[in-house]
Amino acid sequence: MSWGLMGLVLNIIISGLISGSVYALLAIGFSLIFGVARIVNIAHTAFYMVAAYCIYFVTQKMGFHPVWAMVAAVILVTLLGIISYKILINPIREHEGAVLIATIALAMVFQEVMTILFTGTYLSVPALVKGYLLILGVKVFYQQLLTFCAALLVMALLWALLMKTKLGLAVRSTAQDKEVANLMGINEAQVAMITMGISVGLAAFTGAVVVPLTILEPGMWMHPLIMMMAVVVLGGLGSLKGSFMGAYILGFAEALVVFLAPMGAFLKGSVALSIMILVLLIRPEGLFGVYFEEER
Amino acid sequence: MDLILFYLRKLFTVVKNEVLVLPSRVAVILFFLFLLLLPVITEDPYLLRIFTLTSIFAILAASWDLLSGFTGQMNFGHALFFGVGAYGAALLNKYAGIPPWGTIPLGALGAVLAGLIIGIPCLRLRGTYLALTTLAFPIILMGLVFALPDLTGGELGISGIARLAGSRVATYYIAVVLMLGLCTIMWKITDSDTGIIFHAIREDELAVRAAGINTTRYKLLAFCLSGFFAGVSGGLYAHFMRIAGPSTLEVSMSFTVVIWAIFGGIVTIYGPVGAVFVLFPLLELLRLWQELRILMFAVVVLVILLYMPDGLFPWLRDKVEKECPRCKIRNIATRHTCRICTAPLD
Repeated sequence: MSWGLMGLVLNIIISGLISGSVYALLAIGFSLIFGVARIVNIAHTAFYMVAAYCIYFVTQKMGFHPVWAMVAAVILVTLLGIISYKILINPIREHEGAVLIATIALAMVFQEVMTILFTGTYLSVPALVKGYLLILGVKVFYQQLLTFCAALLVMALLWALLMKTKLGLAVRSTAQDKEVANLMGINEAQVAMITMGISVGLAAFTGAVVVPLTILEPGMWMHPLIMMMAVVVLGGLGSLKGSFMGAYILGFAEALVVFLAPMGAFLKGSVALSIMILVLLIRPEGLFGVYFEEER
Repeated sequence: MDLILFYLRKLFTVVKNEVLVLPSRVAVILFFLFLLLLPVITEDPYLLRIFTLTSIFAILAASWDLLSGFTGQMNFGHALFFGVGAYGAALLNKYAGIPPWGTIPLGALGAVLAGLIIGIPCLRLRGTYLALTTLAFPIILMGLVFALPDLTGGELGISGIARLAGSRVATYYIAVVLMLGLCTIMWKITDSDTGIIFHAIREDELAVRAAGINTTRYKLLAFCLSGFFAGVSGGLYAHFMRIAGPSTLEVSMSFTVVIWAIFGGIVTIYGPVGAVFVLFPLLELLRLWQELRILMFAVVVLVILLYMPDGLFPWLRDKVEKECPRCKIRNIATRHTCRICTAPLD
């Protein structure tokens, strides 16, 4: 194998791992709130965008250290998520369609507010750790490693939270059967609110770790939103393991198309989504889907 | 002469006894009259342009309701039909030189084909899966549009297609009459036996299947019908704007359709049409505050939803009309007894 080919393979692996981790974090959050409260939160990636702008504001305009910016962004955006859930989504939760367009409208509100505050120009944030590693002639930025490790760490923490704590048990049982969970003395409304907080917190965290690697603009939530939904459908709605696997599958598919196909940048979304549809043709409930009984 | 008088008298009776008794019917008649007589009052090009566009989008919103409202097959990728209709009409006009009256139906047939193609994989999915999967199709097509810039013009789209008609007023009448006609047809479809089956599929698909009805065929039919109407609207849009660009396939286009339809109230056909006539001119009005325009639009949608989660028009209708508990005939809210069976209204 020549050096060039090795470099290409390495590039694909890095790019796939990074976008896979981002999609995994987003998809797990989206899947969590869908599982517990049956909310299709279109605004999920809009929270990610708000967090990214938060980091930009705190580091570039106020001049604080990026770590503080990350903490501030996660806390603020989580609060924002819980407030918008309380005010806008909770009162109309029985009306599925209304919740849907409420979240779409919420995403539009965030996009417009960010456009007004920061204008629509492309912005960027410097890396948290500068410098890079040379592996086989390919630059691997420390920031990329950091993003990847942080994503894995947070996913491990979330797994521990869901599997090892009482709150996690409550969340999982509410996701399985709302009525029975309620009968067992779990405050369903409270669990839904906490889950919304966790879900939005995850989106904010994703925005925080990924912001140095991307370009900031108010429309940056659209592409991740589509990919996240594809991941969730591919992995199976409500299945966290499915979201995790699906994210890396689509992340690598995207990376392969970008580096190998002509006009790859235009086709990356199309190819990833076609993979999703092919999988659905064979397994309509996704790779690890739990088949939700429709309420009848 | 007597025959004409007879029909006139009959028309008068129908209007007096069936139309004037219900505010919603009066509103529909006024709506028709307003749209048809608008060019008589004013020929302001800006106003005509807005109402032409509004009519085109009203067809689109109603076609979404026909599919997603009635059969409950949540379609998040309605822009696919719109885009296929627009690109189909534009390509046919540009490369084959077919005039608009030919390209629009052919483009709509293309959209029907698209409905079949996406309908077949989607029939096995339901609920949220379906919604999230349909979102993918316009994006896949958009990738192809960008990847084949020689044919589709890439980011710039296909421009320089023929006008709908020579004058502004004629264009306006084509769009408005088509909108009124197609929406009436859609409303009639939903009122027919097929429409009842669509409605039943949404309520309980298993029960419909148990009644011996091939639900797959009906769902596919819904996809095709909705695709046809949305395709017509796409073709009209392409010929009106004289450009078919990737913006017709954008995710925000699909979302906008969903907003219109749910805002107006689904499973009604008149709801989405009315919603477009409220929201689209509102968006134009908000142009006065250019920067805050989309923000205010979103806030209006959010606030109205908080108070009317079932949509604006069903809410309004429930305010001005009451349903008789005995014979299920609708009455104006000011009445105390039913106009048909004289039963007391609550």
